Amino acid sequence: MASLKSEELKKMTQEERANALGMTSEQLTGRSMFIEFDPDAEERMTYPWAPEVDFNKRSEIDVNDMNTTEVNNKIRELMDEGYGTIVIKNPRGMHSLGVGILSRLNLIIEGSIGYFGVGLIDGPNVRINGRVGWSCGENMMSGTVIINKNAGSTFGAAIRGGDLVCRGSVGSRTGIDMKGGTIIVGGDTGALSGFMMQRGRMIVCGNAGKNLGDSMYDGTIFVGGEIESLGVDAVLGDFSENDKGWLERKLKQYDLFPQKGVASFKKIVAGKQLWNYDNLEPTEKKLIL
Amino acid sequence: MAGTQYRGSEIKDVDQFLKDSKGLDSDREQEIGQHIGYRYDVNLVPDYERLTPFLKKYMEHMGWDDLNWLEDIHMGYEDGNAAVFDRNINGWVRVPETIKLPDNQQDRDMVAREFLLKFQMSDRHPLVNLRKVYTKF
Repeated sequence: MASLKSEELKKMTQEERANALGMTSEQLTGRSMFIEFDPDAEERMTYPWAPEVDFNKRSEIDVNDMNTTEVNNKIRELMDEGYGTIVIKNPRGMHSLGVGILSRLNLIIEGSIGYFGVGLIDGPNVRINGRVGWSCGENMMSGTVIINKNAGSTFGAAIRGGDLVCRGSVGSRTGIDMKGGTIIVGGDTGALSGFMMQRGRMIVCGNAGKNLGDSMYDGTIFVGGEIESLGVDAVLGDFSENDKGWLERKLKQYDLFPQKGVASFKKIVAGKQLWNYDNLEPTEKKLIL
Repeated sequence: MAGTQYRGSEIKDVDQFLKDSKGLDSDREQEIGQHIGYRYDVNLVPDYERLTPFLKKYMEHMGWDDLNWLEDIHMGYEDGNAAVFDRNINGWVRVPETIKLPDNQQDRDMVAREFLLKFQMSDRHPLVNLRKVYTKF
Protein backbone atom coordinates (compact mmCIF):
# COMPACT_ATOMS: atom_id res chain seq x y z
CA MET A 1 0.00 0.00 0.00
CA ALA A 2 2.81 2.36 0.93
CA SER A 3 4.49 1.83 -2.43
CA LEU A 4 1.62 3.41 -4.37
CA LYS A 5 2.48 6.90 -5.56
CA SER A 6 0.05 9.80 -5.74
CA GLU A 7 0.50 10.05 -9.53
CA GLU A 8 -0.48 6.41 -9.94
CA LEU A 9 -3.54 6.84 -7.73
CA LYS A 10 -4.66 9.94 -9.64
CA LYS A 11 -4.74 7.98 -12.91
CA MET A 12 -7.06 5.33 -11.45
CA THR A 13 -10.85 5.40 -11.27
CA GLN A 14 -12.37 5.70 -7.79
CA GLU A 15 -13.16 1.98 -7.74
CA GLU A 16 -9.61 1.06 -8.76
CA ARG A 17 -8.20 3.38 -6.08
CA ALA A 18 -10.47 1.85 -3.46
CA ASN A 19 -9.32 -1.68 -4.38
CA ALA A 20 -5.67 -0.68 -4.58
CA LEU A 21 -5.81 0.81 -1.10
CA GLY A 22 -7.57 -2.22 0.36
CA MET A 23 -10.89 -0.50 0.99
CA THR A 24 -13.27 -3.05 -0.48
CA SER A 25 -11.41 -6.35 -0.24
CA GLU A 26 -12.44 -7.07 3.35
CA GLN A 27 -15.62 -8.85 4.28
CA LEU A 28 -17.14 -6.53 6.85
CA THR A 29 -20.00 -8.68 8.13
CA GLY A 30 -19.31 -10.08 11.57
CA ARG A 31 -15.93 -8.41 11.88
CA SER A 32 -14.93 -5.69 14.28
CA MET A 33 -12.11 -3.26 13.73
CA PHE A 34 -9.25 -3.48 16.19
CA ILE A 35 -6.82 -0.58 16.23
CA GLU A 36 -4.33 0.10 18.97
CA PHE A 37 -2.43 3.32 19.70
CA ASP A 38 1.28 3.44 19.03
CA PRO A 39 2.88 4.82 22.23
CA ASP A 40 5.92 5.90 20.17
CA ALA A 41 3.89 7.80 17.56
CA GLU A 42 5.53 10.88 16.13
CA GLU A 43 4.48 14.21 17.69
CA ARG A 44 2.53 15.89 14.90
CA MET A 45 -0.03 18.62 15.37
CA THR A 46 -1.72 18.90 11.98
CA TYR A 47 -3.34 16.42 9.60
CA PRO A 48 -0.91 14.94 7.04
CA TRP A 49 -2.73 16.72 4.20
CA ALA A 50 -3.08 20.13 5.91
CA PRO A 51 -1.23 23.05 4.31
CA GLU A 52 1.66 24.56 6.26
CA VAL A 53 0.50 28.07 7.14
CA ASP A 54 2.19 30.89 9.00
CA PHE A 55 -0.06 33.06 11.21
CA ASN A 56 2.26 36.02 10.52
CA LYS A 57 1.71 35.82 6.77
CA ARG A 58 -1.41 37.92 6.10
CA SER A 59 -3.64 38.56 3.11
CA GLU A 60 -6.80 40.60 2.52
CA ILE A 61 -9.56 39.80 0.03
CA ASP A 62 -12.24 42.30 -1.01
CA VAL A 63 -15.10 39.95 -1.93
CA ASN A 64 -17.51 42.63 -3.16
CA ASP A 65 -17.53 41.30 -6.75
CA MET A 66 -17.08 37.60 -5.96
CA ASN A 67 -19.57 34.80 -5.36
CA THR A 68 -19.39 32.35 -2.44
CA THR A 69 -17.62 29.57 -4.35
CA GLU A 70 -14.98 31.97 -5.62
CA VAL A 71 -14.35 33.30 -2.12
CA ASN A 72 -14.09 29.82 -0.56
CA ASN A 73 -11.73 28.66 -3.32
CA LYS A 74 -9.62 31.79 -2.88
CA ILE A 75 -9.27 31.06 0.85
CA ARG A 76 -7.97 27.56 0.02
CA GLU A 77 -5.55 28.92 -2.56
CA LEU A 78 -4.11 31.38 -0.06
CA MET A 79 -3.75 28.64 2.56
CA ASP A 80 -1.86 26.49 0.04
CA GLU A 81 0.47 29.46 -0.45
CA GLY A 82 1.11 29.52 3.30
CA TYR A 83 -1.07 32.45 4.36
CA GLY A 84 -2.13 31.91 7.97
CA THR A 85 -4.13 35.11 8.45
CA ILE A 86 -6.81 36.03 5.92
CA VAL A 87 -9.08 39.06 6.15
CA ILE A 88 -12.37 39.07 4.20
CA LYS A 89 -13.79 42.50 3.41
CA ASN A 90 -17.30 43.42 2.18
CA PRO A 91 -18.95 40.00 2.69
CA ARG A 92 -22.42 41.61 2.10
CA GLY A 93 -24.33 38.93 4.02
CA MET A 94 -23.01 36.16 1.77
CA HIS A 95 -24.26 32.64 2.64
CA SER A 96 -21.99 29.62 3.31
CA LEU A 97 -18.87 31.74 3.62
CA GLY A 98 -15.68 30.13 4.99
CA VAL A 99 -17.10 26.60 5.09
CA GLY A 100 -15.06 23.38 5.14
CA ILE A 101 -11.74 24.81 6.33
CA LEU A 102 -9.90 21.76 7.69
CA SER A 103 -6.71 23.23 9.08
CA ARG A 104 -5.43 25.95 11.37
CA LEU A 105 -5.97 29.50 10.12
CA ASN A 106 -6.85 32.96 11.41
CA LEU A 107 -9.86 34.10 9.42
CA ILE A 108 -11.21 37.59 10.05
CA ILE A 109 -14.48 38.61 8.42
CA GLU A 110 -15.12 42.36 8.39
CA GLY A 111 -18.91 42.56 8.14
CA SER A 112 -22.03 40.42 8.44
CA ILE A 113 -22.58 37.05 6.78
CA GLY A 114 -25.68 35.04 5.89
CA TYR A 115 -26.83 31.45 6.43
CA PHE A 116 -24.54 28.50 7.26
CA GLY A 117 -21.44 30.63 7.76
CA VAL A 118 -18.18 28.88 8.70
CA GLY A 119 -19.87 25.46 8.89
CA LEU A 120 -18.03 22.12 8.80
CA ILE A 121 -14.75 23.65 9.93
CA ASP A 122 -11.98 21.70 11.64
CA GLY A 123 -9.32 23.92 13.21
CA PRO A 124 -9.47 27.60 12.21
CA ASN A 125 -9.89 30.60 14.49
CA VAL A 126 -12.58 32.83 13.02
CA ARG A 127 -13.55 36.31 14.12
CA ILE A 128 -16.64 37.90 12.57
CA ASN A 129 -17.02 41.62 13.13
CA GLY A 130 -20.71 41.67 12.32
CA ARG A 131 -23.86 39.54 12.54
CA VAL A 132 -24.50 36.02 11.28
CA GLY A 133 -27.61 34.34 9.86
CA TRP A 134 -29.06 30.91 10.58
CA SER A 135 -26.93 27.89 11.45
CA CYS A 136 -23.59 29.59 11.92
CA GLY A 137 -20.88 27.02 12.81
CA GLU A 138 -23.16 24.14 11.83
CA ASN A 139 -21.38 20.76 12.20
CA MET A 140 -18.20 22.49 13.38
CA MET A 141 -15.51 19.97 14.43
CA SER A 142 -12.86 22.14 16.09
CA GLY A 143 -11.49 25.68 16.22
CA THR A 144 -12.93 28.92 17.59
CA VAL A 145 -15.57 31.19 16.10
CA ILE A 146 -16.25 34.56 17.73
CA ILE A 147 -19.16 36.72 16.52
CA ASN A 148 -19.16 40.26 17.81
CA LYS A 149 -22.88 41.02 17.24
CA ASN A 150 -26.06 38.89 17.15
CA ALA A 151 -26.70 35.51 15.53
CA GLY A 152 -29.77 33.89 13.95
CA SER A 153 -31.54 30.66 14.85
CA THR A 154 -30.04 27.17 15.05
CA PHE A 155 -26.71 28.69 16.06
CA GLY A 156 -24.18 25.85 16.28
CA ALA A 157 -26.58 23.17 14.98
CA ALA A 158 -25.05 19.69 15.38
CA ILE A 159 -21.70 21.13 16.48
CA ARG A 160 -19.22 18.38 17.43
CA GLY A 161 -16.29 20.30 18.87
CA GLY A 162 -14.61 23.67 19.35
CA ASP A 163 -15.79 26.96 20.81
CA LEU A 164 -18.58 28.90 19.12
CA VAL A 165 -19.07 32.30 20.74
CA CYS A 166 -21.68 34.98 20.10
CA ARG A 167 -21.17 38.14 22.14
CA GLY A 168 -24.74 39.31 21.42
CA SER A 169 -28.03 37.43 21.51
CA VAL A 170 -29.08 34.46 19.39
CA GLY A 171 -32.37 33.10 17.99
CA SER A 172 -34.17 29.89 18.79
CA ARG A 173 -32.98 26.26 18.75
CA THR A 174 -29.40 27.18 19.63
CA GLY A 175 -27.20 24.08 19.72
CA ILE A 176 -29.94 21.82 18.38
CA ASP A 177 -28.63 18.24 18.24
CA MET A 178 -25.18 19.32 19.46
CA LYS A 179 -22.80 16.41 19.94
CA GLY A 180 -19.85 18.15 21.56
CA GLY A 181 -18.00 21.45 21.80
CA THR A 182 -18.94 24.62 23.63
CA ILE A 183 -21.47 27.25 22.58
CA ILE A 184 -21.25 30.56 24.46
CA VAL A 185 -23.91 33.25 24.20
CA GLY A 186 -23.14 36.63 25.76
CA GLY A 187 -26.78 37.77 25.64
CA ASP A 188 -30.07 35.86 25.49
CA THR A 189 -31.07 32.70 23.65
CA GLY A 190 -34.48 31.82 22.19
CA ALA A 191 -36.90 28.92 22.62
CA LEU A 192 -35.91 25.25 22.42
CA SER A 193 -32.20 25.91 22.91
CA GLY A 194 -30.28 22.69 23.45
CA PHE A 195 -33.10 20.68 21.83
CA MET A 196 -32.04 17.02 21.51
CA MET A 197 -28.56 17.92 22.78
CA GLN A 198 -26.41 14.81 23.07
CA ARG A 199 -23.09 16.06 24.40
CA GLY A 200 -21.08 19.23 24.87
CA ARG A 201 -21.64 22.39 26.85
CA MET A 202 -23.71 25.52 26.33
CA ILE A 203 -23.23 28.72 28.33
CA VAL A 204 -25.88 31.44 28.19
CA CYS A 205 -24.92 34.58 30.11
CA GLY A 206 -28.38 36.17 29.70
CA ASN A 207 -31.87 34.67 29.67
CA ALA A 208 -33.11 31.49 27.99
CA GLY A 209 -36.49 31.08 26.25
CA LYS A 210 -39.12 28.35 26.57
CA ASN A 211 -38.35 24.62 26.67
CA LEU A 212 -34.64 24.88 27.36
CA GLY A 213 -32.87 21.56 26.84
CA ASP A 214 -35.98 19.79 25.59
CA SER A 215 -35.35 16.05 25.09
CA MET A 216 -31.67 16.46 25.86
CA TYR A 217 -29.88 13.14 26.05
CA ASP A 218 -26.72 14.35 27.72
CA GLY A 219 -24.48 17.43 27.93
CA THR A 220 -24.60 20.49 30.14
CA ILE A 221 -26.25 23.92 29.87
CA PHE A 222 -25.20 26.82 32.13
CA VAL A 223 -27.55 29.82 32.32
CA GLY A 224 -26.71 33.09 34.08
CA GLY A 225 -30.13 34.79 33.72
CA GLU A 226 -33.74 33.66 33.87
CA ILE A 227 -35.07 30.48 32.27
CA GLU A 228 -38.59 30.84 30.87
CA SER A 229 -39.19 27.11 31.15
CA LEU A 230 -37.30 23.82 31.05
CA GLY A 231 -38.08 21.28 28.34
CA VAL A 232 -38.95 17.61 28.74
CA ASP A 233 -36.33 15.73 30.80
CA ALA A 234 -34.13 18.82 31.42
CA VAL A 235 -33.41 19.16 35.14
CA LEU A 236 -31.25 21.28 37.43
CA GLY A 237 -27.88 19.65 38.12
CA ASP A 238 -25.23 19.95 40.84
CA PHE A 239 -22.59 22.61 40.28
CA SER A 240 -19.19 21.09 41.16
CA GLU A 241 -16.02 23.07 41.96
CA ASN A 242 -14.54 21.67 38.77
CA ASP A 243 -17.52 23.02 36.77
CA LYS A 244 -17.16 26.41 38.43
CA GLY A 245 -13.43 26.66 37.66
CA TRP A 246 -14.00 25.62 34.06
CA LEU A 247 -16.86 28.10 33.60
CA GLU A 248 -14.85 31.01 35.03
CA ARG A 249 -11.88 30.15 32.84
CA LYS A 250 -13.99 29.92 29.70
CA LEU A 251 -15.84 33.18 30.24
CA LYS A 252 -12.65 35.09 31.07
CA GLN A 253 -11.08 33.72 27.93
CA TYR A 254 -13.73 35.44 25.80
CA ASP A 255 -14.07 38.59 27.97
CA LEU A 256 -17.58 37.58 29.01
CA PHE A 257 -16.97 37.06 32.72
CA PRO A 258 -19.90 38.71 34.58
CA GLN A 259 -19.14 41.32 37.25
CA LYS A 260 -21.01 39.34 39.92
CA GLY A 261 -19.20 36.11 39.05
CA VAL A 262 -20.67 32.76 38.16
CA ALA A 263 -22.30 31.97 41.52
CA SER A 264 -25.78 32.76 40.16
CA PHE A 265 -25.43 30.47 37.13
CA LYS A 266 -27.73 27.44 36.97
CA LYS A 267 -26.60 24.12 35.60
CA ILE A 268 -29.05 22.10 33.50
CA VAL A 269 -28.52 18.42 32.69
CA ALA A 270 -30.52 15.50 31.30
CA GLY A 271 -32.82 13.78 33.76
CA LYS A 272 -32.16 10.52 31.85
CA GLN A 273 -35.84 9.64 32.00
CA LEU A 274 -35.93 9.28 28.21
CA TRP A 275 -33.07 6.82 27.98
CA ASN A 276 -34.94 3.82 26.59
CA TYR A 277 -32.58 2.24 24.17
CA ASP A 278 -32.26 -1.46 24.80
CA ASN A 279 -32.39 -4.79 23.03
CA LEU A 280 -35.96 -5.59 23.96
CA GLU A 281 -37.44 -2.46 22.48
CA PRO A 282 -38.21 -3.76 18.95
CA THR A 283 -39.94 -6.89 20.32
CA GLU A 284 -42.01 -4.83 22.71
CA LYS A 285 -43.01 -2.52 19.88
CA LYS A 286 -44.09 -5.48 17.76
CA LEU A 287 -46.34 -6.68 20.57
CA ILE A 288 -48.00 -3.28 20.74
CA LEU A 289 -48.47 -3.09 16.98
CA MET B 1 -41.67 3.65 27.00
CA ALA B 2 -41.09 7.41 27.01
CA GLY B 3 -41.06 8.93 30.47
CA THR B 4 -39.85 5.82 32.22
CA GLN B 5 -37.20 6.09 34.91
CA TYR B 6 -33.48 5.86 34.25
CA ARG B 7 -32.61 2.21 34.72
CA GLY B 8 -28.91 2.15 34.05
CA SER B 9 -26.19 1.73 36.65
CA GLU B 10 -24.03 4.38 38.30
CA ILE B 11 -20.29 4.77 37.77
CA LYS B 12 -18.75 4.19 41.19
CA ASP B 13 -15.09 3.50 40.54
CA VAL B 14 -12.53 4.59 37.95
CA ASP B 15 -11.56 0.96 37.30
CA GLN B 16 -15.14 -0.33 37.24
CA PHE B 17 -15.19 -1.24 33.54
CA LEU B 18 -11.66 -2.62 33.54
CA LYS B 19 -12.58 -5.10 36.29
CA ASP B 20 -16.04 -5.85 34.88
CA SER B 21 -16.00 -5.68 31.08
CA LYS B 22 -19.74 -6.24 30.65
CA GLY B 23 -20.69 -3.68 33.27
CA LEU B 24 -24.16 -5.08 33.91
CA ASP B 25 -25.16 -3.77 37.29
CA SER B 26 -28.79 -2.65 37.42
CA ASP B 27 -31.69 -5.10 37.12
CA ARG B 28 -32.60 -3.75 33.71
CA GLU B 29 -29.04 -4.11 32.39
CA GLN B 30 -28.93 -7.71 33.56
CA GLU B 31 -32.32 -8.40 32.01
CA ILE B 32 -31.36 -7.06 28.58
CA GLY B 33 -27.69 -8.10 28.73
CA GLN B 34 -26.58 -4.61 27.69
CA HIS B 35 -24.92 -1.80 29.60
CA ILE B 36 -27.04 1.36 29.51
CA GLY B 37 -25.31 4.68 28.88
CA TYR B 38 -21.68 5.74 28.71
CA ARG B 39 -18.91 4.01 30.69
CA TYR B 40 -17.42 7.35 31.74
CA ASP B 41 -18.76 10.77 32.67
CA VAL B 42 -19.16 12.60 29.35
CA ASN B 43 -19.88 15.83 31.20
CA LEU B 44 -16.59 15.86 33.12
CA VAL B 45 -14.81 19.11 32.21
CA PRO B 46 -10.99 19.07 32.10
CA ASP B 47 -8.83 20.13 35.00
CA TYR B 48 -6.28 22.43 33.36
CA GLU B 49 -3.75 21.84 36.14
CA ARG B 50 -3.19 18.38 34.63
CA LEU B 51 -2.27 19.30 31.05
CA THR B 52 0.60 17.32 29.54
CA PRO B 53 3.53 19.18 27.88
CA PHE B 54 2.48 17.90 24.44
CA LEU B 55 -1.07 19.19 24.87
CA LYS B 56 0.29 22.61 25.90
CA LYS B 57 2.41 22.69 22.73
CA TYR B 58 -0.62 21.71 20.63
CA MET B 59 -2.76 24.52 22.08
CA GLU B 60 -0.01 27.01 21.31
CA HIS B 61 0.42 25.68 17.77
CA MET B 62 -3.28 26.00 17.02
CA GLY B 63 -3.57 29.44 18.65
CA TRP B 64 -6.04 28.25 21.31
CA ASP B 65 -6.22 29.17 24.99
CA ASP B 66 -7.74 25.82 25.93
CA LEU B 67 -8.07 22.24 24.76
CA ASN B 68 -10.88 23.16 22.35
CA TRP B 69 -12.30 19.98 20.74
CA LEU B 70 -10.19 17.81 23.04
CA GLU B 71 -12.37 18.88 25.99
CA ASP B 72 -14.82 16.24 24.76
CA ILE B 73 -12.25 13.45 24.66
CA HIS B 74 -12.24 11.00 27.57
CA MET B 75 -10.65 7.69 28.37
CA GLY B 76 -13.34 5.11 27.78
CA TYR B 77 -13.52 1.39 28.32
CA GLU B 78 -14.31 -1.29 25.75
CA ASP B 79 -14.37 -5.04 26.45
CA GLY B 80 -12.39 -4.56 29.65
CA ASN B 81 -9.69 -2.47 27.95
CA ALA B 82 -8.94 1.23 28.13
CA ALA B 83 -9.85 2.79 24.78
CA VAL B 84 -10.60 6.16 23.23
CA PHE B 85 -13.44 6.84 20.83
CA ASP B 86 -12.25 8.36 17.56
CA ARG B 87 -15.07 10.31 15.90
CA ASN B 88 -13.20 10.37 12.58
CA ILE B 89 -13.40 6.58 12.20
CA ASN B 90 -16.50 6.11 14.34
CA GLY B 91 -14.76 3.47 16.41
CA TRP B 92 -12.72 2.73 19.51
CA VAL B 93 -8.94 2.79 19.50
CA ARG B 94 -7.38 0.74 22.29
CA VAL B 95 -4.67 1.79 24.67
CA PRO B 96 -1.92 -0.91 24.69
CA GLU B 97 -1.93 -3.04 27.84
CA THR B 98 1.72 -2.14 28.42
CA ILE B 99 0.71 1.42 29.26
CA LYS B 100 0.17 2.00 32.98
CA LEU B 101 -2.96 4.04 33.51
CA PRO B 102 -3.10 6.88 36.08
CA ASP B 103 -5.37 6.27 39.08
CA ASN B 104 -7.88 9.02 38.32
CA GLN B 105 -10.14 9.85 35.39
CA GLN B 106 -8.83 13.42 34.88
CA ASP B 107 -5.25 12.25 34.24
CA ARG B 108 -6.52 9.35 32.15
CA ASP B 109 -8.46 11.83 30.01
CA MET B 110 -5.26 13.80 29.38
CA VAL B 111 -3.49 10.59 28.28
CA ALA B 112 -6.47 9.80 26.02
CA ARG B 113 -6.28 13.26 24.42
CA GLU B 114 -2.58 12.95 23.72
CA PHE B 115 -2.89 9.45 22.24
CA LEU B 116 -5.87 10.37 20.06
CA LEU B 117 -4.24 13.52 18.77
CA LYS B 118 -1.03 11.74 17.74
CA PHE B 119 -3.06 8.96 16.10
CA GLN B 120 -5.34 11.32 14.15
CA MET B 121 -2.39 13.30 12.82
CA SER B 122 -0.38 10.23 11.83
CA ASP B 123 -0.08 8.54 8.44
CA ARG B 124 -1.47 5.29 9.88
CA HIS B 125 -4.89 6.82 10.57
CA PRO B 126 -7.54 5.17 8.34
CA LEU B 127 -8.73 8.60 7.18
CA VAL B 128 -5.47 9.05 5.26
CA ASN B 129 -6.35 6.23 2.86
CA LEU B 130 -10.05 7.08 2.83
CA ARG B 131 -9.15 10.59 1.80
CA LYS B 132 -6.95 9.34 -1.02
CA VAL B 133 -9.87 7.32 -2.37
CA TYR B 134 -12.84 9.57 -1.83
CA THR B 135 -11.65 13.18 -1.53
CA LYS B 136 -13.41 15.58 -3.87
CA PHE B 137 -11.41 18.78 -3.29
